[in-house]
Amino acid sequence: MPSPIDIFLWGAFPYIAVAILVTGLIWRYRYDKFGWTTRSSELYESRLLRWGSPMFHMGLLIVLLGHLLGLFVPQSWTSAIGLSENIYHSLALWLGIAAGVLTYAGIVLLVWRRRTTGPVFLATTVNDKIMYIFLVAALTFGLAATLINAATLHYNYRIDLSPWVRSLFVFQPEVALMARTPIEYRIHAISGLLLFAILPFTRLVHAFAAPVQYLFRPYIVYRARDPQNIGTAALRPGWKRSDV
Amino acid sequence: MRVMAQICMVMNLDKCIGCHTCSVTCKQTWTSRSGVEYVWFNNVETRPGQGYPRRYEDQERWRGGWKLTSRGRLVPKAGGRMRRLASIFANPLLPNIRDYYEPWTYDYNDLFDTPAGDDFPVAAPRSLLSGKRMDNITWSANWDDDLGGMPQHQGDDVVLQRIQDKVRTELEQTFMFYLPRICEHCINPSCVASCPSGALYKRVEDGIVLVDQDRCRGWRMCVTGCPYKKMYFNHRTGKAEKCTFCFPRVEVGQPTVCSETCVGRLRYIGVLLYDADRAPEAAATPREQDLYPAQLSLFLDPHDPEVRRAAERAGIPHDWIQAARRSPVYDLIATYGVALPLHPEYRTLPMVWYVPPLSPVVEAITASGHDGEDYQNLFGAIDTLRIPVSYLAELFTAGDPAPVELALRRLAAMRSHRRRINLGEPVDPEIAASVGFGVEKLDSMFRLLALAKYEERYVIPTAAAGDVRNLEETALSGCSLDYEGGPGMGGTETSGPFGEASGRPAPLSVETFHGLRERQTSESAADTSGHRGRINLLNWDGRGLPEGLFPYRSQGGDGPRGGQVDKGEGLGAEPGEISERRKREES
Repeated sequence: MPSPIDIFLWGAFPYIAVAILVTGLIWRYRYDKFGWTTRSSELYESRLLRWGSPMFHMGLLIVLLGHLLGLFVPQSWTSAIGLSENIYHSLALWLGIAAGVLTYAGIVLLVWRRRTTGPVFLATTVNDKIMYIFLVAALTFGLAATLINAATLHYNYRIDLSPWVRSLFVFQPEVALMARTPIEYRIHAISGLLLFAILPFTRLVHAFAAPVQYLFRPYIVYRARDPQNIGTAALRPGWKRSDV
Repeated sequence: MRVMAQICMVMNLDKCIGCHTCSVTCKQTWTSRSGVEYVWFNNVETRPGQGYPRRYEDQERWRGGWKLTSRGRLVPKAGGRMRRLASIFANPLLPNIRDYYEPWTYDYNDLFDTPAGDDFPVAAPRSLLSGKRMDNITWSANWDDDLGGMPQHQGDDVVLQRIQDKVRTELEQTFMFYLPRICEHCINPSCVASCPSGALYKRVEDGIVLVDQDRCRGWRMCVTGCPYKKMYFNHRTGKAEKCTFCFPRVEVGQPTVCSETCVGRLRYIGVLLYDADRAPEAAATPREQDLYPAQLSLFLDPHDPEVRRAAERAGIPHDWIQAARRSPVYDLIATYGVALPLHPEYRTLPMVWYVPPLSPVVEAITASGHDGEDYQNLFGAIDTLRIPVSYLAELFTAGDPAPVELALRRLAAMRSHRRRINLGEPVDPEIAASVGFGVEKLDSMFRLLALAKYEERYVIPTAAAGDVRNLEETALSGCSLDYEGGPGMGGTETSGPFGEASGRPAPLSVETFHGLRERQTSESAADTSGHRGRINLLNWDGRGLPEGLFPYRSQGGDGPRGGQVDKGEGLGAEPGEISERRKREES
């Protein structure tokens, strides 16, 4: 019988975090489209950024892909195509470690650059600093869990952790499954969910503006003057629908 | 044929005296805010010179504009969509702030605060990016003004480098002229093509290229895409900004601020009708030297009834078609053929054109002891003075000297012709005929270039009449302060909860209004707290101590120096302290 804390953490908290994520994104899109930007500091400094930023972003994309595969492809599917658990496990671990180290080296380089480059540090807000704590925490615990797994346990997260994640999506959270996973995985899950929850309120929202539509549109964009909004006079209040 | 109308500009370079009034008034209107301290939507460059940002014309380095693939397709020179997205995390083709210049202000208060001594106090420069003291100012938007820094920087002029081999020996014969630059509002804008978010767009009604600030996500690709480097990154809001062709003014029929305030009255604004269907084909003209005639062929003759009918079918308002018929821009570009596009080889089909300067030629002849107003002397000089012509050709026709020579000859013929009239000599129709004009045409060109009044230089139709009441700067109705939050919000000095620059921006006119009012009325400098040590130099008059401008005081327990208001009439002394001091010195 799982404890009340477990029920909250693994039965309620994921929904709370995702609810904050979704409503936060919608609200920010309507309220603060102007603030929805990468706030790039490349103009100030590009020598370190040229290495750090692609390392971090590309690493993170691989990490994200790894999470999707690990959490949403059941073990039975990989066994069905003849991939044994042992091979899958070491493959996942080594790829995960490589991507994790890449991401981590990237973020360390970026944070160091942010702290030591005068103009970049001056452009860092309190909001940014809080965000970095959450981001680095999630990355640290994730990488730590992977490293511990590789070094000691050979823990198979696909028998309890992944089914728990999938159970969330059908609104039948199997709290007991998650409660028995190793502590470092549980900490990582909490830190990751916290990151989801703060994400819409930080500069990380730019991830949700990833410009995939660019690949499918003609080069030159024409737009007619909005008859409702000539000049910059009539600004629409944030709670009204935008037709952009 | 799909007729589109565009507001465009022609600048007569012969008249530019390099006073920078256009740049300053533009800056006061549009970029006197923190985050865009380094940005000049309008700047004036001395030629030869590196330009702003430094060596922006070096497309082997910055890869702006378009290129033709081997199969004749037009793609952004920096690479197509996949390439752009691949470099989104770090863009090696993005100029650094130091390629523009590091914006700075001065420690003006040191002039007041320094105790009496043997040395005059100086106002030391202080960076607006890092807040640190700068040892030396080494570059700015017009650092090489009037050939300053020549010959040290002469080798850095990209255009000069291209022609140097041909005429290296004649370089001592220095010539110079000024080149005011704004956004070109191109027909085939590569900044728009580079924008991953689709925030940049060309307005259907008037062809002005604008950034949708709500859609821009700060990917910075437009800065790379624009070969003229007239896209700027606001480093405080993290969004792209650019010359707006003063659309709030143009919409109500007023000329842009740079034109309005131009001392030399060298700018002309008018409507051009062009065939949008043939634009891609014109931009993909194989030979670079053919791009100027190709673009010229896009422009439609507004006096042709066929064109007028097609324009009406395309939904262009009647008063726009009428304005196109009176367009001074069309006359200079097409009728007289004296205006040329800037760097057509970038294949963006730019829409701000230039009448090349004849004065370097006239000066060269006069300096050699000949009559600089005689058309035969001038014609001969245009042929023999290879430097000006080939330099101008590199700027305006991708290196083809013929159109530049023709434009200069027409200007020279106009000069000689008018001199004869002024001196009471009989009119010589031979002069006009030598450049393919009749006397009447030469006279009307003279009128447009020399005498044209305000309403002849600026023929600007308003936005649709029914919309006039909604326009921003109109006096008819609708206060421009009627936006969310209402008047008295104080510009964008406060940010939303998501850090700098989040939340709704105030309209620019409101921000400027509040900034100016504060500067004129308050004891202290504009409150910049929350801008993290950035201060707008133009809104600061030396009074008060804005936060972040000065270092913290080391001695004394009264905490940080910044943000405190100096009540002592800005002199840094308590009332009576100065007379005290004087007494002490006397005794």
